[in-house]
Amino acid sequence: MTTSTFPGPSAPVLSVQGLSVRFRMRGGTFVRAVSDAHFELAAGECLALVGESGCGKSVLASALLGLLPGNAETAGSALLGDDIDLLRADERTLARTVRGRRIGLVPQSPAAHLTPVRTVRSQLEETVRELTDTPKPGIRKAAVAAAERAAFPDGHLDRYPHQLSGGLAQRAATALALIGDAPLLLADEPTTGLDRDLVERTVDELKRHTGETRALLMITHDLAAAERIADRIAVMYAGRIVEHADARAFFGEPGPRHPYARGLLDALPEREFTPIPGMPPELADLPAGCAFAPRCPTATSACAVLPPLDDGVACHHALEAQRA
Amino acid sequence: MLELQDVTAGYERRVPVFRDVSLTVAPGEAVGLLGPSGCGKSTLARVGALLHRPDAGRVVIDGEAAAGWRHRAPRARRTAFGVVFQQPRLSADPRLRLTDLIAEPLRANGRGNEVTYNVRELAEKVGLGPELLGRRPHEVSDGQLQRACLARALVLRPRWLVCDEMTAMLDASTTAALVAVVEEYRAETGAGLLAVGHDRVLLQRWCDRTAEWSDLGASPGK
Repeated sequence: MTTSTFPGPSAPVLSVQGLSVRFRMRGGTFVRAVSDAHFELAAGECLALVGESGCGKSVLASALLGLLPGNAETAGSALLGDDIDLLRADERTLARTVRGRRIGLVPQSPAAHLTPVRTVRSQLEETVRELTDTPKPGIRKAAVAAAERAAFPDGHLDRYPHQLSGGLAQRAATALALIGDAPLLLADEPTTGLDRDLVERTVDELKRHTGETRALLMITHDLAAAERIADRIAVMYAGRIVEHADARAFFGEPGPRHPYARGLLDALPEREFTPIPGMPPELADLPAGCAFAPRCPTATSACAVLPPLDDGVACHHALEAQRA
Repeated sequence: MLELQDVTAGYERRVPVFRDVSLTVAPGEAVGLLGPSGCGKSTLARVGALLHRPDAGRVVIDGEAAAGWRHRAPRARRTAFGVVFQQPRLSADPRLRLTDLIAEPLRANGRGNEVTYNVRELAEKVGLGPELLGRRPHEVSDGQLQRACLARALVLRPRWLVCDEMTAMLDASTTAALVAVVEEYRAETGAGLLAVGHDRVLLQRWCDRTAEWSDLGASPGK
């Protein structure tokens, strides 16, 4: 983790400002999946977005790719480079210039992401043909090279997705995501269902591909994977980013400052192994104040007011003693 | 005592996934079974829970060898096991409300009259409120659905629990919560546990002892 932790002088690869997503439901109610998210991502940087399932992480990823369902309404902006606002771009722009070319997606369940009736080779070749200017005779070779980049073994290229193990399917999906040489990699739960060794190999590969020139946004509930490669951590709870911190400070000293983030870390088996009491609130029925207050040991009457994200943490009782 | 003796099992004739694996779980003991993806540890767990017929070997439950698997196993045998699988979405009937999902084993065993009391009490233990119980699987998160699946596994008060990667999909807090429910149940009833997984840190923290797949005497299947 030698890359710079703070955005350099160059323009950020991705700049998300005040991003909100809500779904209109029958009866005129709304499910607020993402509320007022702010973050920036520079080249060479890895941001891990962590939180429990159903907290809105994947919706945020879908919003960045323009893959939200029809009943979604968005607000705010998500600038890719300095020219495209991902939330306003039309489908044609997204399909022709963004997906695959400027944002590579490593999907949540690779086995379901690959086309089941075609071999890995044929899918790699199609992607090479569509996304690069490789002349026709070179396509086969380029596809093999693409597989190699993601450490996908040669001998398995002519297999169908159902013939691959979880780890190999993951690598096939990673290979596809890397072909377009996109400056931003978006990995949505890239390690679900993999064993520990494979998790480490997968995230190390992602980190390696990020290098100095690309940016990686990894969405995960796996804190160990996040700790391994992330430069910065954003913790999401009930659709809001409640803490945004340097990864080393978050996992080491002085540790997380938001009580939810602290609870999440303390739930790890290598730490206290104690669950956070209660369950997250329904996104359709969020309280007016702090959404974590009902489960929070330090909640007071002040928590009836929504805490703003101040100095990287959104809590009225941010663990003051922990402030560096 | 749950004893798996020299078990050979697989899904194709003459191409077993593994051969000659032995594993013992003492009464009230929690054993964590560790191994890499695809090594056959889930298959072994299914054999132990009488859900998969092995090609060779014996399963001895409390001194008595199992004679039938799946629907051929005697009812008392089958209901002695509670099983929680990795993917709650695939192991829950999407048409059932969570309350019916949890109650299903009671109804299937002609004990429908106990539903009201048992389900309410169990749901509370696993942290599901009455509002969530009225929902169907697509209306809840993975973590909430897995809580219901755990309640379903406990509703017949099994003497043995088999948790096959129960928490692989879940975040740290839900994992800790579900493990706490299992441990509370075991402390109350003295049930034995076979937990299968690849998270070494988790299983070492959770179980009395862990067994490495490579130390179980398995010889490669093919």
